[in-house]
Amino acid sequence: MSEHAIKQRRKPAGVRAYSWFRVAALTIVVLALLAPLAWLVASSLKTNVDIYDPTKTFIFVPTFENYVNVLTRNNYFVFIFNSFWVAFVSTVLSLVLGVPAAYAMSRFTMHRSALVVLMARVIPGITLLVPWYYVFSNLRMVGGFSVLILSHMFVALPLIVYIMMSYFDSMPLELEESAQVDGLTPIGAFAHITLPLSIGGMATAGILSFIFSWNNFMFALVLSGARTKTLPVAIFDFVSYASIDWGGLMAAATVVTVPIMVIALFTQKYIVSGMTAGAIK
Amino acid sequence: MSASVKIQQAPRTVAPSRPFSVWANKHRKWLFAAPAMIFVGLLIVFPLVWTVYLSLTDSRGSVRAPADFIGIGNYLTVLSDFDRFWPAVGRTVYFTFTALAVEMVLGMIIALLLWRPFRGEKWVRVAILLPLVATPVAVGMMWRLIFDPNMGFANQMLSWVGIPPQPWLSGQATALPTTIFMDIWQWTPMVVLILLAGLTSLPEETDEAARVDGANAWQRFFLVTLPLLKATVIVAILLRSIDALKTFDILYATKGKGGGSFHEVETLNVYAYGLSFDYNEYGLSSAVLIIFFLIIIGFMWILTRRRKGQD
Repeated sequence: MSEHAIKQRRKPAGVRAYSWFRVAALTIVVLALLAPLAWLVASSLKTNVDIYDPTKTFIFVPTFENYVNVLTRNNYFVFIFNSFWVAFVSTVLSLVLGVPAAYAMSRFTMHRSALVVLMARVIPGITLLVPWYYVFSNLRMVGGFSVLILSHMFVALPLIVYIMMSYFDSMPLELEESAQVDGLTPIGAFAHITLPLSIGGMATAGILSFIFSWNNFMFALVLSGARTKTLPVAIFDFVSYASIDWGGLMAAATVVTVPIMVIALFTQKYIVSGMTAGAIK
Repeated sequence: MSASVKIQQAPRTVAPSRPFSVWANKHRKWLFAAPAMIFVGLLIVFPLVWTVYLSLTDSRGSVRAPADFIGIGNYLTVLSDFDRFWPAVGRTVYFTFTALAVEMVLGMIIALLLWRPFRGEKWVRVAILLPLVATPVAVGMMWRLIFDPNMGFANQMLSWVGIPPQPWLSGQATALPTTIFMDIWQWTPMVVLILLAGLTSLPEETDEAARVDGANAWQRFFLVTLPLLKATVIVAILLRSIDALKTFDILYATKGKGGGSFHEVETLNVYAYGLSFDYNEYGLSSAVLIIFFLIIIGFMWILTRRRKGQD
């Protein structure tokens, strides 16, 4: 603390100029990042007439009409449920498959095997979507939840393995080893010692996987049916050839993004650690 | 020492366990790893093999009319297609490199601004996180309204400073740069987070030493910080380029099928999607997909090879 103060006193002019520059620069950054989102929410509260009116850009009478339309007339509660259900189940199943795999890959340094799983991160989804569509439609699975969940697991699994591997890598093995000395089997030590200790990592991986699944568009666009449509696909109902119901579209877009942003705000710490997992090695 | 271990162990000594448990513990390495690998493998390997097969046929997806084997015909058609395929490759490369370059430079500047602690840090972090988690399709729709040529806020702002309205997304020349702008808005924060994680893990002593030796801020950044950060920078480039090459959501949300009426934002991803799911040209689209796949694998190979060489 005092050392810091001394440093600041030593070069006052330069430091002060920089801190003013920094405040100005960061203000611009924050505005650039948040203003469009504010615009989205503001437009969702305007009538379609007000959206077209340049005099009502900032000052307008907010209305919840668009939200009422979106939620009541367009089955949005069904789509919200679909998105939630697909994201939730695919996240849970990916954790069940991914956490033990990440553990084994980290413990036994199975780098080549890890590469197989990470391939899924690199390959363009569209490359796989054509054969998937063919196979799953022959199995009469297209339009059902199972195929959506499978495809979203495909996105979630590499993410979870990647995050959990770097988590297990940084975890000391002594506790687990002493549990084995105390008579637990290796799998018992994993289940009773390692797993409870890695709940933080699993939370990180789970939240990120949920967000990615919630936001996923391409797989749901092809593989979902009228009954299983997820929110990102349902948004397109507001775009027609003739005209766009801008108010409804913005309300729908807000309904999709706001829940995930609220989750992100409350779990900020986890998300940042997950997104940067392994980045500094 | 060994005596005490024996005493502790004695009461808990496991009675000869059941054969399965012994087997499971012995083979836990593969027991743990195999399910995930089999799952991913099944969803990758079979489709890839099948796509290669399809790419050699004239399949149009119909079950009743079986596809005929036509050899490398599709590849020849695709590679000599200068109307759609090569422009799409060009757009993919242009999109990826422009977005990546701007995101890396901006991301580095913002990460450096955030590097040392300051008041209000938490708020800036929130602002950085929000674009990242926003649903890409919704983001595309949001920009579509802002960039609307007639009533969008972008042109309204231009009018305040006397600049004539721009066509943005509806212009043939401006559409792709406008979508690149959206990508930059959404994904620069990702670069910031990765670089910031790298910066905070750097030892402070080297920077201090350079300062004492009289290095100025530029010299300290280019000669001390940046070399130390090289591995992190490469990770950021790797992650961002994978995703930028595959961009689909924003392009489809803003310009729809075929990347607009003049295919102005049709990248390889959008092109392959249209061939497959709008026109059912499965044979042809499979050839495109295999070429796309090879491009991405080749790109990754070059990047990771260089990374290994530098470690």
